[in-house]
Amino acid sequence: MTASLYEKLGGEEAVSAAVDIFYRKVLADDRVNYFFDNIDMDRQAAKQKAFLTMVFGGPNNYTGKDMREAHKPLVEKGLNDTHVDVIIEHLGATLKELGVADEDIQQVADIANSVRDDVLNR
Amino acid sequence: MAYKISYGDSTYVRQADDSVLDTLLAQGIDIPHSCRSGVCQSCLMQALEGVPSEAAQAGLKSTYRAKAYFLACCWYPEEDVVVKLPNTADSAVAATISEIEPLNHNVVRLRLIADKPFDAIAGQHLTLITPHNVARSYSIANVPDEEAYIELHVRVIANGKLSSWLLHEAKTGMAVYLRGPAGECFYVAEDEKNFPIILAGTGTGLAPLLGIARDALRQGHRGDIHLFHGALKPEDLYLVEYLQALSDRYAHFNYTPCVLHGLDGKFYVRGDIQELVVADIADKKNTRIYLCGAPELVNSLKKKVFLAGASLAHIYHDAFLPSK
Repeated sequence: MTASLYEKLGGEEAVSAAVDIFYRKVLADDRVNYFFDNIDMDRQAAKQKAFLTMVFGGPNNYTGKDMREAHKPLVEKGLNDTHVDVIIEHLGATLKELGVADEDIQQVADIANSVRDDVLNR
Repeated sequence: MAYKISYGDSTYVRQADDSVLDTLLAQGIDIPHSCRSGVCQSCLMQALEGVPSEAAQAGLKSTYRAKAYFLACCWYPEEDVVVKLPNTADSAVAATISEIEPLNHNVVRLRLIADKPFDAIAGQHLTLITPHNVARSYSIANVPDEEAYIELHVRVIANGKLSSWLLHEAKTGMAVYLRGPAGECFYVAEDEKNFPIILAGTGTGLAPLLGIARDALRQGHRGDIHLFHGALKPEDLYLVEYLQALSDRYAHFNYTPCVLHGLDGKFYVRGDIQELVVADIADKKNTRIYLCGAPELVNSLKKKVFLAGASLAHIYHDAFLPSK
C-alpha cells in the first residue's frame, strides 16, 4: 500500500500549516468569504483541519451527515456549485504552495469533489 | 417532554429553549451572572443530581468539573436535575482589598490579597464576588507569583452593579471572594523565548496585556515585545508613564499608545490600532499575537492579523463580553 498524502505531507503538523494557508485564501476571496462572516475562527479552523485530514487520507471520522447539517444554513443563503469550485481551487493552490505533486493534487480534488452533494444538501 | 429543575425547596419546569440560568432568573431567583455566553464563569453552580453536559463544563478547572460544577447559562439538561449555588467557601478564595486607586476617569485599579494561594497566571481571568454576591469577571494585570497581591483593572460603568459597589462601598481592608482562575491567554515560554510578541487591546484590555508582557519579561523573554494600547481619546489611556518607564528600562520592550481622536505631537500616536498592529508584523511565522478587550475589536483584529499572515495557532485572544 502506498503512503497516504497525509503521511507524505508530514501528518498532523503539516495539516495545521495547510489549514492556515487554505483558510487565509478563502477569507481573502470575496466570492466566498461572506459565508464566513461572524464565524468563530478557531472552531472553523478545527473543522477545516478535520476536512483536510480526511481529503489527505489521514485518520478521520468523516460523516456526510455532519457535512450536510453544517452547510444547510449556507445552502439557504445561496451556496452553490460555483462556491464549491472556488474552495477546491483554493485547496489546489494551497497544496501547490506546499510543493505537492500535480497528480496528488488531482487525487485530493477528486476526494473533495466526492463530498460536493453532501455540502450542497442534494 | 418537560424537565424539572430543583433549586432550594422549589422545583421549576424548564422551557425548551431555556438554560438553567434562564429558568431560575425567570422565577426571580438571584443567581449571579454576567456574560451569559459561557466565558466569564460568573454563573457557576453545582449539580447535586444530574450530569452536567460537556458544554456546561467547558473551560472549568478539573477540580470544579470533578465536583459537578457547571455554568448555568450553558446547561440545558434533558433530565430532572437538582442544583445549588456553590458554597463560596468551597468554590472561592477569600481575599482582602489592599488598594483602590483611580487610573484615569473611568478605570480603577483594585489590588487584592488572597487568604490562600490562588494559582493564577498573568493574563488569565478570575471572578470577583462582592459581599452582596455580585460576580464579575476581570483579567489579572500583574504577575501574582512575583507580588503578594492580585491586580485588576475595573472599568467604571454608569449604574453598573459592581461599579456602584466599588465607588460607594468598597474600602481597603474589606473582604471579597475570588473564583477561578480561567483562560488560555497567557505567555508560553517556548522556542527558546526568541519569538516576537505583539500585544494589542483597547480600554481595560490593557490589564491582561500588561500582565502577559511583565510575565514574559520576568521569564527572560528575548524576542521583541510590542504593546499597543488603543483608545478613542487621550484621556482614555492609562498607566502611560509607567509603561513608558518600562520601555526605557527594557530595550526590547516597546509601548505604543494610540488614539483615534486627538492632537498631533503628543505622547501618543494618532491612528487606528488595527492598522498599526498589522503593519508591525514582521516575522509572520513566529510572532505571537495577544488581543484583548472589546469583542468587536478582538474579532476584527484577529481576522486582520491572520490575513496578514500570522499563524492561527499563534493568536491568543480574550474578548471582554459585556454583562447582560
